[in-house]
Amino acid sequence: MLLKEGEIRIPAGCAISGFISRDGNKMNGGDIVKSISYMHDRSNGLGGGFAGYGIYPEYKDYYAFHVFYDSNEAREKTERFLDRHFDVINLSRIPTKKVPSITNEPLIWRYFVNPLPTKIAASQLDEKEFVAKCVIRINNDIEGAYVFSSGKNMGVFKAVGFPEDVGEFYRLEEYEGYAWTAHGRYPTNTPGWWGGAHPFALLDYTIVHNGEISSYDANRRFIEMFGYKCTLLTDTEVITYIFDWLNRKQELSLEDIASIIAAPFWSEIDEIEKKGPQKAAKLRYFRNTMSSLLITGPFSIILGYTGGIMALNDRLKLRSMVVAEKKDIVYIASEECAIRAICPDCENVWSPKGGEPVIVTLSEEGKRKCL
Amino acid sequence: MPVNFFPAEFEVVRNSDRCIKCRACERQCSNEVHIYDADFDKMLSRDNQCVDCQRCVSICPVSALKIVPNENAFRKSANYSQQLMIENYRQAGSGGVLLSSMGNPQDYPVYWDKILINASQVTNPPIDPLREPMETKVFLGKKPAGIKKNPDGSIDTHTEPYLELNMPILFSAMSYGSISKNAHESLARAATELGTYYNTGEGGLHKDFYQYGKNTIVQVASGRFGVFKDYLDTGAAIEIKMGQGAKPGIGGHLPGAKIREDVSKTRMIPMGTDAISPAPHHDIYSIEDLRQLIFSLKEATEYKKPVIVKVAAVHNVAAIASGIARSGADIIAIDGFRGGTGAAPTRIRDNVGIPIELALAAVDQRLRDEGIRNEVSIIAAGSVRSSADAVKAIALGADAVYIGTPALLALGCHLCRSCHSGKCNWGIATQRPDLVKRLNPDVGYQRLVNLVNAWNHEIKEIMGGMGINSIEALRGNRLMLRGIGLSQKELDILGILHAGE
Repeated sequence: MLLKEGEIRIPAGCAISGFISRDGNKMNGGDIVKSISYMHDRSNGLGGGFAGYGIYPEYKDYYAFHVFYDSNEAREKTERFLDRHFDVINLSRIPTKKVPSITNEPLIWRYFVNPLPTKIAASQLDEKEFVAKCVIRINNDIEGAYVFSSGKNMGVFKAVGFPEDVGEFYRLEEYEGYAWTAHGRYPTNTPGWWGGAHPFALLDYTIVHNGEISSYDANRRFIEMFGYKCTLLTDTEVITYIFDWLNRKQELSLEDIASIIAAPFWSEIDEIEKKGPQKAAKLRYFRNTMSSLLITGPFSIILGYTGGIMALNDRLKLRSMVVAEKKDIVYIASEECAIRAICPDCENVWSPKGGEPVIVTLSEEGKRKCL
Repeated sequence: MPVNFFPAEFEVVRNSDRCIKCRACERQCSNEVHIYDADFDKMLSRDNQCVDCQRCVSICPVSALKIVPNENAFRKSANYSQQLMIENYRQAGSGGVLLSSMGNPQDYPVYWDKILINASQVTNPPIDPLREPMETKVFLGKKPAGIKKNPDGSIDTHTEPYLELNMPILFSAMSYGSISKNAHESLARAATELGTYYNTGEGGLHKDFYQYGKNTIVQVASGRFGVFKDYLDTGAAIEIKMGQGAKPGIGGHLPGAKIREDVSKTRMIPMGTDAISPAPHHDIYSIEDLRQLIFSLKEATEYKKPVIVKVAAVHNVAAIASGIARSGADIIAIDGFRGGTGAAPTRIRDNVGIPIELALAAVDQRLRDEGIRNEVSIIAAGSVRSSADAVKAIALGADAVYIGTPALLALGCHLCRSCHSGKCNWGIATQRPDLVKRLNPDVGYQRLVNLVNAWNHEIKEIMGGMGINSIEALRGNRLMLRGIGLSQKELDILGILHAGE
């Protein structure tokens, strides 16, 4: 019997793509679908997905929950839970279109919600932590319900299928955002569960990832000490939790996070020491105290978050990843073709070195427009 | 005429065609097995004194010797083995407690041999350690639970004191007294060259070895032999020995015959007196007492040195380790029931304690369940026999491993398990000057360096095969392990899947 995602660990190869307009100009979801479609052979039809930022300007102060339900019973249970903990501003089915290759779809709902202040106060948590805990609770405790997107003014759209079909299914050409990421999955067997597709999201963090990390269980067993529960057994899930813990809870910069999860080799730190002992001291400190968060094995990831995206390769650069620019837009993809597909005259095409983060954030103008 | 209730355990087989009667074996054997009969111009053997240390075999210039088990057999019984019968005869003769040395040799499961390691195929690439960096540096000590920031927003990089190792292997505690000065010198120099640590054991530190202090862990055991301010200040870390895997629940006994001048000075006890360490520390009858000793030692060394607490792997080791982690210790060393010893009561060595594999897995998981794994590092000890065992230990959750027996093997030990006799023909577990000088520390230290470097090469190869290029990504990475021929209960305790899953 085939086991569902989360009951067994499934390695997967992948394609990733993403772009951001620094000035906060809205870009159509159709572009990201076109980009990822050019890497068709890097997926095998068993998972595709997208994350868009700035797509819900009219509801930008509310958490947007995207939820898969196996049944109406699961939906009713979840809605009762939401009513108890949140002020639900709006709810509806996410509009989709019938696509022949996308089958077995679950019920797909969207809620715009605000946590109840009394509940937050009673929980003694900050707002984001409260929301994250509620999401984890629904996913773990309500059979047949799975919240796959939970940030503000952003959304994840994913399914079992080729990414271009998934984009068509979700009618992404009807959305506009300042940043988009995409994922095409090549798992080594058939989980057949939509929740297992990527991006993986928690609050406004989304990760698309290509690779198979060899440090998985070391990372998982460490991060689970801090209240996370890795239920999907995927690399993407554990990487998202690591970012959430280091960035949201420990308040480390993305640069610092890169030097923890893709730490420089000791030989490189010795070189850095010659130039500046202070920086080397910090790197040594990270490698000493945060060593269980070092990620080894091949990966290229794009992290999406409110106001920016970050791309990172493993420190040996065992996965391809290129970056290009055009005006205020920065493109990142597994292969250059995926960038050329939507921006034939892109400039400054380069391959970031292993462990070298590429972080692109909204300009002041972009922030004014979008945040 | 006296009746000999049991025959010699070994038989000395001498090829008289080869033997040239050079009498080297006679001169080398401290057990006086070999004798020359001038009347018949012939070498004779006293088989019953042979311990099978293989010294004579190794030095015989014409390869005329071999030592084989005596094939004389008592009537077979699946219940009363010949060994058991002989032990009862011996006790009926002596009225004493049976003594043994080195690790438990009984036929208990060796879990290392029932665990298999993963390798990368297709979905991620193996890494070639000859072509890519492969890192084995390890830090042992307390890690913060999160990031602390300075008032200016920069990261506070202050850490608790720690040990930095070039490889996840340390030499475990072997006291001066139980082993020779030359053996200690070999260990100290090897640790220094390798960038790791050796451990004084409970016998204090000879003044000649203070120069290796940066690579020395000084032990404080229940006898407190040789413990004073300079000793504590000299070491890189202090280890409180609460127990030893080979003899959980009891202390130690170094016979007066081994307390010669230097050992006496180093241990700070009179020459010729037995050095008896009590079973408990008499200032530690409970966990809160341990906390006081930990902080006394930290106070004495101005909080500059990590404190290790070493415990024997016993049934409730996970709860004990949790208590230790909450008591201010920086590092916990867990010593499995197969660990070596210079002398232990046989019945205790062979029947008390649990395997390190199970103890380690239980402790690591318990500390994670309680969210305090970061509070301490874990050193696994008590029969890590090869680099493969070390890799498995780290994947189960150890930060590093202690090796004792393999280090002694590098110095020539043949595991005859007779250390308690004090007549070690290899110059290791003896204080007899004529025997000690057989171990040349210039050679000994080099062989130790070779051994550990060889292990480290193998660890890198195995890691590379798994697609891991730094040892910290292996630590606790149990998905890299599979059990073979284990019950579900055993798998659950080890926290691993069965092969094929």
